[in-house]
Amino acid sequence: MNYRSSNPLQIMLNNKEWILADGATGTNLFNMGLSSGDAPELWNKSAPKKIKKLYKDSVDAGSDLFLTNSFGANQSRLKLHNAEKSVLELSRISAEIGREVADTSRRSVIVAGSVGPTGEIMEPIGSLSYSTAVEIFHEQAEGLKAGGVDVVWAETISAANEFEAAAEAFSLANIDWCGTMSFDTAGRTMFGITAPELVTLISKIRNKPLAFGANCGVGASDMLRTVLGFSATSNDLPIIAKGNAGIPKYSDGKIHYDGTPELMSRYATLAYDCGATIIGGCCGTTPNHLSAMRKALDGHVKGFSPKLETIAEALGDFSSISDGTDDNTPTRKRQNRRHRTK
Amino acid sequence: MMSDQEDDIVLSELNDEDLVAQMFDDLYDGLKEEIEEGVNILLEREWVPYRVLTEALVGGMTIVGNDFRDGILFVPEVLLAANAMKGGMAILKPLLIATGAPRVGKMVIGTVKGDIHDIGKNLVGMMMEGAGFEIVDLGINNSVDAYLDAIEKEKPDLLGMSALLTTTMPYMKVVIDTLIEKGMRDDYTILVGGAPLNEEFSKAIGADAYCRDAAVAVETAKMFMARKHNQMAANN
Repeated sequence: MNYRSSNPLQIMLNNKEWILADGATGTNLFNMGLSSGDAPELWNKSAPKKIKKLYKDSVDAGSDLFLTNSFGANQSRLKLHNAEKSVLELSRISAEIGREVADTSRRSVIVAGSVGPTGEIMEPIGSLSYSTAVEIFHEQAEGLKAGGVDVVWAETISAANEFEAAAEAFSLANIDWCGTMSFDTAGRTMFGITAPELVTLISKIRNKPLAFGANCGVGASDMLRTVLGFSATSNDLPIIAKGNAGIPKYSDGKIHYDGTPELMSRYATLAYDCGATIIGGCCGTTPNHLSAMRKALDGHVKGFSPKLETIAEALGDFSSISDGTDDNTPTRKRQNRRHRTK
Repeated sequence: MMSDQEDDIVLSELNDEDLVAQMFDDLYDGLKEEIEEGVNILLEREWVPYRVLTEALVGGMTIVGNDFRDGILFVPEVLLAANAMKGGMAILKPLLIATGAPRVGKMVIGTVKGDIHDIGKNLVGMMMEGAGFEIVDLGINNSVDAYLDAIEKEKPDLLGMSALLTTTMPYMKVVIDTLIEKGMRDDYTILVGGAPLNEEFSKAIGADAYCRDAAVAVETAKMFMARKHNQMAANN
């Protein structure tokens, strides 16, 4: 028996048809008074009650799993706030508060340690070396593990080598993990990765995640097209869908997302029909959205995988005609006179 | 392809038209040394630096920009192309200054406070530079004061702000509000960009325009500069 079979998330995946994850961190912290430009992670220490409320609101709304307030708790991001020495501490506290909320809940709730991207571009295009990226992720994972998370959870990743570096770091920290990428550029990640390409990438990674998928991105429709892209492959890992509640709008000095709870509940049931089993929101998703999603999923019987037209009718148009996986993929016809092996 | 087929093109043997077409391809493929070579050849053929910039480099980067916008190229390819262009620009820049080549406009650009993402901002900077703008890049994590100091010192036509996080994008409003307070807002055209932004957000915070990508930023900046010139002409 491998160590994974006893992981609480693995047990939950075995026992439940679907798992409702949480919603936004940033949006909800703004609603509690966070100022733009400030690091949300500093609140783990300076305003732990608010972080506790963030988690608890999500659990009370029906989430079976929530992410810790540690997205940017890594060296390269905390450096901006002169807090790069606090990676371990801020990560650990984010997890400890989460542990407390989960352990006092009457339901079984998973604490997943959020690990966002480093924010730097890796070699050879950028300057961040693979080994430094591994170190950055490793440090954060150790902090989250010390605070008692059930799994670590890499999210909003765009580049393949950064995803691999995270996987290696989590293996060094000897902790189970999940990983999601953000498909926000014509159905692909900023670095051009399509949904099936993420599946291929994972098949090559030795330290397999417990589940994988997509988060953030553009709108609910795009998110589901991405999930269909995962489902169409021969992958057998559980699929995660954490989409934004619409698009950001600015009014009364606050960011607010235009996706209604009704839209997010349609999204949640369609995500399940598309093949996702860990379903949640991302930016803009408040406890109200989560309650609606919970209710919708509770009353939902799995349907056939929807066609793209059905998704567009239910949730709105896609942001691009193609997601790079079909015949509509745009290409440039060029006659390259230079013969190169590059 | 066989490696012995490499370099079967000798840039110096191409006529001007073919050379420029080849430089478009080489920019597209991010071949820095080849771009530097091409720029030098054109200069040797007595092209003025401004013509090399606009016809060879800007022409090539326009194709790259369009394909980025259309989802054909993605960030890694565009960064390589921009890097190749930078190689050409390094040769041209001193010559452009020395020859008093026309400058389209000047822009101060930076990523807002709390945000370290600068991929998009760097692309905008490079593409704008390629389009003939003078760029003052403030880097990442810029406070209101950093923006104010820079625009007071540099007197740009445009201010560009970038953010990739939903937690940092509202900071753009803080900057714009401060400019309004100081009565400086209307002295500058403010362009904003970054993954979580959109047109409506840009309007709500009082920016002049939202630019969805670097190619759009260049077009938008040019449009505002043309408008500014027309206004000045009308007032004279």
